Amino acid sequence: MDVSRLQLLAIIVTAGLFVIVFELVRQRRLMERYALLWLFASAVLLALSVWRGALEELATAVGIFYAPSALFAVAFGFVLVLLLHFSLVISRLAEQTKILAQRVGLLQHEVDVLRSRLGEAEAGAGPSERSESELTSSR
Amino acid sequence: MSRYLAIVPAYNESASVATVVSELHAYAPDFDVLVIDDGSTDDTSDRARSAGAAVLRHPYNLGIGGAVQSGYMYAAERGYDIAVQVDGDGQHDPRCLGELLAHLRAHPELDMVTGSRFLAADGDGFRSSAPRRLGIRIFAGVLSRIVGQRVTDPTSGLRMSGPRGIDLFARDYPHDYPEVEAVLLMHAHQLTSVEVPVRMRERTGGVSSINSTRSVYYMIKVLLAVFVGLFRARPTVRAGEPAPVAAEHGI
Repeated sequence: MDVSRLQLLAIIVTAGLFVIVFELVRQRRLMERYALLWLFASAVLLALSVWRGALEELATAVGIFYAPSALFAVAFGFVLVLLLHFSLVISRLAEQTKILAQRVGLLQHEVDVLRSRLGEAEAGAGPSERSESELTSSR
Repeated sequence: MSRYLAIVPAYNESASVATVVSELHAYAPDFDVLVIDDGSTDDTSDRARSAGAAVLRHPYNLGIGGAVQSGYMYAAERGYDIAVQVDGDGQHDPRCLGELLAHLRAHPELDMVTGSRFLAADGDGFRSSAPRRLGIRIFAGVLSRIVGQRVTDPTSGLRMSGPRGIDLFARDYPHDYPEVEAVLLMHAHQLTSVEVPVRMRERTGGVSSINSTRSVYYMIKVLLAVFVGLFRARPTVRAGEPAPVAAEHGI
């Protein structure tokens, strides 16, 4: 079977996706833990678009008459999984950001209390201790 | 005078952390002890503090890589000369820190010494399951080939670093599979490290972060990470280079 234009397009797009993901990981802009799913998805899609026999078998197995549609179906499945994965990641990040903000709030309160106590101590003590406390507060 | 720091990462190690800290005080008195409480939900930090350790608490769990890196950042900021990682679960015997320290000081060209449980003449102190041993041997083979030097215990968390190692790890420490990737990081930065035989014990409390059912999946992920790591454009961040998380957007 000769390579159709559609198949060629599919190969170029999926190969491009794989290369981009790999390059982003290589440049350390994408963490391995988030790249694994992408690499897996693009590798499977690339394999299916190169190896047309497998795609046709898959299409007949699930009752899709036009084989390239099966490629879109598989790609759509991966998109769903990736989106769900991102929702999980975002949920965890939101939770962590909330905890960070709360911690910073508590620390800010602690600093305010310590600072006002320092101010009281400074007002009570003689000027000799002043230089030291100024040094601490300016840091 | 040189200053030494023992970094003890602990996540829900309430049962063992106090013993680890007091053993460190008893058998390695030259070392200051810093416990990193990595978002524990039990009283790990209280127990560590009352045992006499300095405690750094994470607001939530970051994982072993993030915990250890916090320790190296502390060491770098406070100007420690030598830092050693000691697991909070009690499997590392603080009695062997003296040997590691002596080895590191006797060889000033070394940047890191790692305690290996497989180099010891009597490997009786530590028994791990057969699949785990196999996994460790596979990692050891792959890593030895890459770094061109014999690595017998790539998952050992008992490692002692000098100033250059501290500086490197404070700036860049692998998050996902730190033990294995740290070996690569040292190699990429052309820092020298060597393994020294030690005896390890069974953990005295808590559960390991790697259980046997997940270890095959873990192995695949680590091997992939090692593979991708080989091709990295910028294996590490040197002083003056763009930050690891730069304000750069888009593809």
